[in-house]
Amino acid sequence: MAQAAAVPKKKVDGVPEKLHVWPYLVRLEFLCAIVTIVALAVWSILIDAPLEEAANPTKTPNPSKAPWYFLGLQDILVYFDPWFAGVVAPVLIIVGLMLIPYLDVNPKGNGYYTYHERKAAIWIYCFGFLVLWIALIIMGVFLRGPGWNLFMPWQYWDPHKVVALTSVDLPYAFGVRTYNGALLFGGVVIMGYFAIGTAVYFFLERKALKSVGFVRMFIKIQLLLIMVGIVIKIVLRLGFNIKYVWVTPWFNI
Amino acid sequence: MASNSPKIPNIAELMDKIKSGKIFSEIAKEITESQVWTSAFRHGYADTPRNRVLQIASNVWLHLHPVKMHRHALRIKFTWCMGGITFLLFLSTVVTGVILMFYYRPVGEYAYYDMKYLQYDVPFGMLMRNMHRWAAHAMVITVWLHMFRVFLTGSYKPPREFNWVIGVFLVTFTLLLSFTGYLLPWDQLAMWAVTVGTNMARATPFLGNEGPFAEFVGATPRYDARSLLIGGSVVGPPALLRFYVLHCIFIPLIAGALMIVHFWRIRKDGGISGPL
Repeated sequence: MAQAAAVPKKKVDGVPEKLHVWPYLVRLEFLCAIVTIVALAVWSILIDAPLEEAANPTKTPNPSKAPWYFLGLQDILVYFDPWFAGVVAPVLIIVGLMLIPYLDVNPKGNGYYTYHERKAAIWIYCFGFLVLWIALIIMGVFLRGPGWNLFMPWQYWDPHKVVALTSVDLPYAFGVRTYNGALLFGGVVIMGYFAIGTAVYFFLERKALKSVGFVRMFIKIQLLLIMVGIVIKIVLRLGFNIKYVWVTPWFNI
Repeated sequence: MASNSPKIPNIAELMDKIKSGKIFSEIAKEITESQVWTSAFRHGYADTPRNRVLQIASNVWLHLHPVKMHRHALRIKFTWCMGGITFLLFLSTVVTGVILMFYYRPVGEYAYYDMKYLQYDVPFGMLMRNMHRWAAHAMVITVWLHMFRVFLTGSYKPPREFNWVIGVFLVTFTLLLSFTGYLLPWDQLAMWAVTVGTNMARATPFLGNEGPFAEFVGATPRYDARSLLIGGSVVGPPALLRFYVLHCIFIPLIAGALMIVHFWRIRKDGGISGPL
């Protein structure tokens, strides 16, 4: 992260605070445009866009991958059902991003780089963008092979790799064996997670309630709990072989 | 040329001129005072504050800029130049995309063979296709970096909240533009990537036939969110046509309109953000 107050390296004493856009900005834009276009042209001359054999609905490739920029979402399909990973999660990402200016009421750090004046905001965004988005994309592009199984770069993409499906649902792992019992158990866990998370947040930030406002804080903590919940679900699946937390007749989480 | 008598150049003198930068103004003088130059250009450009303002204010392409700006906003370290590069890449895809449209038919029987034709028979067809595809991929990356930069500088804070919201729409439309274009080559890569992507729509709560609560709405494989998107129950020729229209007309128009608002709001919200 850059420092809070930009310390100019060059001498700028003589330079006025406001400069003419012509020539100072226009020449910069012109240079940037030339560099970009040259880079694009060279890239296009050197590397051809891929074109595989003609589309064939009877021949499914393994693995079938979405375009690379959606592979983060395709990767959380391992941990969530499509209604969440493919529909609700992207909608929450878009809506959550749009809400950022209305949820982050910290007036500091407006128009300059700073880490110390807005640590939480920087951490949350960097975690969401660099880990949950970029790292999952890199994993999806390079490490996911046939059957969407995980392969290290030096491993052969064996389409017949056998991975034992030993995962169980959370209520089962806790010894709940009846269907209705599992339904109740899962519901309590999910609801309890959001209720306790919200309560703890409101207790810790009780002094901010007056200045920030209830609605703002409530939406903020729900979005954060969903984001953390995704991480928890990934850990539960990879570390403890848990498939679903809550199984209902209509949806599974 | 000026009527100077030929002089043997003194190396030390010449080096001095190069080091001090005087050499450039001398070369410029030689050129602009030559007969060829003066015959073409009737008068020079006087670098006065008034002319600097007029260059921006009376030029239709440049007048989106303010005539003056804060010094800090010029620094590449601050802006990363990513917003401008994203827009330039968008323009590149428009230009190359229009050229590709002359040769490509979004019809199941023709699309793939038009791609082959473009690559092997059309002069510069392969280059146009490469530039279109790589610019689209690069645009996805630069728009994310632009968003990252805007977040790190806190530029979404008042008074720029709404421009951030428009920006999020633009990020979404950039991805959708790239995704709809992904199907058009009509090869295995395209068809199955879009199959994977659009399969998600059938899990939409209420509106997808496999989504939660679909039974209360009556969604079926032939009548749900996914079939609306691809015009059938599998990715076939109707999907190709739909994605083509979305890719070439619908999304570019909406994204273009939002870009106009996005750029206009930068000016109205007080220019590029900076320390107050």
